[in-house]
Amino acid sequence: MSIIEFKNTSKHFGPLKVLDGVDLSIEKGEVVVLVGPSGSGKSTLLRCINGLEAITSGDLVVDGLSVTGGKRQLREIRQEAGMVFQQFNLFPQLTALENVAFGPSKVRGLSREKAREAALNLLEKVGLREKAGHYPAELSGGQQQRVAIARALAVKPKVMLFDEPTSALDPELKQEVLNVMRALAEEGMTMVVVTHEMGFAKQVGTRLIFMEHGHIAVDGDPREVIDSPPNDRMKDFLQHV
Amino acid sequence: METDWSVLVEFIPELLEGAKTTIYITLVGLIGGLVLGTFAGLMRAYGGHILNAVAFTYVEIIRGTPIVVQVMFLYFALPVLADLRIDPMSAAILAIVVNAGAYIAEIVRGAFLSISKGLTEAGLAIGLPHWKVLVYIVGPLAFRRLIPPLGNQFIVSLKDTSLFIVIGVGELTRTGQEIMAANFRAVEIWTAVAIIYLIMTGTLSLILRSIEKRMSIL
Repeated sequence: MSIIEFKNTSKHFGPLKVLDGVDLSIEKGEVVVLVGPSGSGKSTLLRCINGLEAITSGDLVVDGLSVTGGKRQLREIRQEAGMVFQQFNLFPQLTALENVAFGPSKVRGLSREKAREAALNLLEKVGLREKAGHYPAELSGGQQQRVAIARALAVKPKVMLFDEPTSALDPELKQEVLNVMRALAEEGMTMVVVTHEMGFAKQVGTRLIFMEHGHIAVDGDPREVIDSPPNDRMKDFLQHV
Repeated sequence: METDWSVLVEFIPELLEGAKTTIYITLVGLIGGLVLGTFAGLMRAYGGHILNAVAFTYVEIIRGTPIVVQVMFLYFALPVLADLRIDPMSAAILAIVVNAGAYIAEIVRGAFLSISKGLTEAGLAIGLPHWKVLVYIVGPLAFRRLIPPLGNQFIVSLKDTSLFIVIGVGELTRTGQEIMAANFRAVEIWTAVAIIYLIMTGTLSLILRSIEKRMSIL
């Protein structure tokens, strides 16, 4: 069974069809890279998976649960699908450790001790154990994004959704975030990544989807479709990233 | 013109009694106003169409009318309309509750809505219900932004109690007025009254500033 399944899924903002009848199955262990011009619907597609955007019609099933199944079910889906945002969105009043421990203690109901321990291990994993006591404002963008990845992982999701995770970062800071993502992919994490990093797509991605006008225009092996784009629109797009 | 500041010695205890009443009305009124305003503000920010409309109407009616008219309405018109007699003190407190509540509602709404939507999304994305996001994430951040405008409102409300002279509540201004009517020591009495107000508002400012220092805005 696919872990994520779009079934003729549409999303409208008023008269604007941002997703127009998308069919897409994502299997466990895939690293799907979503690319496309702005407004093509790639971020919306991602945000529909964890219900930050409600779908207008069709169905979307995540780990056997439909996103249309009500609030409680949506919360279950969100625990299975962690998200990393372009703007990090760390809680500014909490330290790095508290940010990471927040989910396990408030969502999974872990004791304070256990949540802290788990959080420290995750910070270790993203290489920031020594920054545990720092507040987000005291961290660089790259470090903040790594904490945000650890925060999402803390809830033990089966899928990780990345919404342009490196777009707000300076070039030299991008790499540290991409490295963490690569390690995660190597562990077998299922990932859906909206990004403009074609190098990452080729090295880490197992599948590349090019979106245009709310449709999936290209769906294939990242190396193949990036090196020889199957349509002109994609060729044109790749020349500009 | 001759002034005789020694007359104050005789009247200070009376003025302080009035100041006590002022503090009492302000304190009780603001506690009520804070509760009412928080509810109304959250209704404005997060309520559905109906809750939002109710809170919006309340805020607009109160913001659009003078507090003197409001207290006159509570004290003189309400008994006629609803057969509900209230004493001047209760009318005064109620007026502060209702009046401050409307302004506090806007302060609360503004503070909550000023917190980046991304933080709410981040909270939702880890599987928290919306109310927990408000309680654990948005609320604490909004609270810090509430303090400066709230302090302003507290001071305004404290001074607004002087308007309850119109329904005969024996607060500081009314007390000053009564003493003045008996001895015509306008300069001495009104200076003393002004200084007592300054001491009260100044103390309030100091308290708020120390809270603000401890909770930096993030």
